[in-house]
Amino acid sequence: MASLARRRATDHIVKAISTAFAALSLILLAWILWTLIARGLPALGPNVFTRITLPPGHEGGLLNAIVGSLIQIVVALVIGTPIGLFCGTFLAENGRGTQIANVVRFINDVLLSAPSILIGLFVYQLLVVPVGGFSGWAGAAALAVIIIPVVVRTTEDMLNLVPIGLREAAFALGAPQWKVVTMVTWRAARAGIMTGILLALARAAGETAPLLFTSLGNNGWSLDMSGPMASLPIAIYQYAASPFDDWVALAWAGALIITVGVLTLNILSRLVLAKMK
Amino acid sequence: MNFAPDTSLDIAAAVNRANGVPSTTKLKVEKLNFYYGDNHALKNINFDIPEKRVTAMIGPSGCGKSTLLRVFNRMYQLYPGQRAEGKILFDGADLLSKQLDSTVVRSRIGMVFQKPTPFPMSIYDNIAFGVKLHESLSKAQMDERVEWCLRKAAIWEETKDRLHTSALGMSGGQQQRLCIARTIAVRPEVILLDEPTSALDPISTSKIEDLIDELKQEFTIVIVTHNMQQAARCADMTAFFYLGEMVEVGVSSDIFTNPREPRTRDYITGRFG
Repeated sequence: MASLARRRATDHIVKAISTAFAALSLILLAWILWTLIARGLPALGPNVFTRITLPPGHEGGLLNAIVGSLIQIVVALVIGTPIGLFCGTFLAENGRGTQIANVVRFINDVLLSAPSILIGLFVYQLLVVPVGGFSGWAGAAALAVIIIPVVVRTTEDMLNLVPIGLREAAFALGAPQWKVVTMVTWRAARAGIMTGILLALARAAGETAPLLFTSLGNNGWSLDMSGPMASLPIAIYQYAASPFDDWVALAWAGALIITVGVLTLNILSRLVLAKMK
Repeated sequence: MNFAPDTSLDIAAAVNRANGVPSTTKLKVEKLNFYYGDNHALKNINFDIPEKRVTAMIGPSGCGKSTLLRVFNRMYQLYPGQRAEGKILFDGADLLSKQLDSTVVRSRIGMVFQKPTPFPMSIYDNIAFGVKLHESLSKAQMDERVEWCLRKAAIWEETKDRLHTSALGMSGGQQQRLCIARTIAVRPEVILLDEPTSALDPISTSKIEDLIDELKQEFTIVIVTHNMQQAARCADMTAFFYLGEMVEVGVSSDIFTNPREPRTRDYITGRFG
């Protein structure tokens, strides 16, 4: 009986500790969000979306950074999604159990947890140094490298959840493997795969380090991807450290925009998943 | 003791006598051995399957009956490490020959699985998927084919008003009949049924059994079942498998009322299995 009482006590203590830490992390999160809203919202005027970055005191906005970010992310997505999708498909369908699949999976896992600044340096060596200048293309390429391993991983995981029986049923009708994959397994896993792509997108949207050495940032208006290009994370990085109050306020506004964007993507991916289920 | 099945018995003739309608051998299994890696799962199987009849394969779990079914449409080839030796003559040509493309084999020998496996698409597309693999039909021809096979599978009345809704919304029994319809739609010659009713309720089961009875007018049917009443009800011919060997094969009424082998008798009377 004594041991039962002790087990009950232990149970209560462990429960109390885990609840306390869960609360702590929630409080931290709420604090960050609150600070972001408190500082970002007042700075979030129409100028932010209609004007480009200007010298201090000129009421500039973040239009060039927002558009630059959007362009680079979309290009990164266009490059990264197919590579990730096909690689993940290879791991789950064609290469299942083979040595090469194990090697690819291991490298992908390493890439998944690689510090993003390394990815920036890698693309710098590959696409900036030989060309002789920073460019939006290099920025997009670096973001694509961020996106690929996330998409590979989620695609493989989601395809592995598709029951073997469904594949066999398609094979049993005389379907070749590529038809089985494109018509049946992708379709069965599409909600999960979509979620992976959205999450990869959300991750890429907030990355600063890979862009520092690649697209550099640009205080002017530019849609030319072969030259330096502005982006929100870089603009925040520059402005937040500046001594000018209006620039610091813009950095908060930028941070709020990214956070709301990423949050929206996350919620969207959950909705997609829930709806398809 | 290594019991060699009585291959001198002309199964087709025996079935013909039982049915009064002539039939020929559709699938002829000759000296078939099957291995899962080192595991010798089927041992020297010799077996004739008559055309447009229902042949049941029974036996306790792990006896090799499902394995044999999966050799008929070369399903085992999807998995490295599984291999078959011997011959299966299908209208005279060896099914296991590398010259025969497995997609062609599978279009002529269809399969329905234990669990209903509707594809995540509409009822109509579930059927069109298989048909499009082998034929290019106009919209009107495809509509006709869809209706034809849904009628054959006795599910047309239930589905005609919702052909373009997801197949995943159907009941288990309906899904299984859709899977049968989908298999028929490709117009195979042989239909393999792997415990097709074991996941279904009694009413759905009896519908599928009625269906099997209808389908044998046009198709050769091979069914694996754990349900001996089902084999007795549906099958013209029954083969009993035990530990990778085919112990006995014959006209169902003989197998179930007067088996020659003691092991068969013990199994059908429920002494083991």
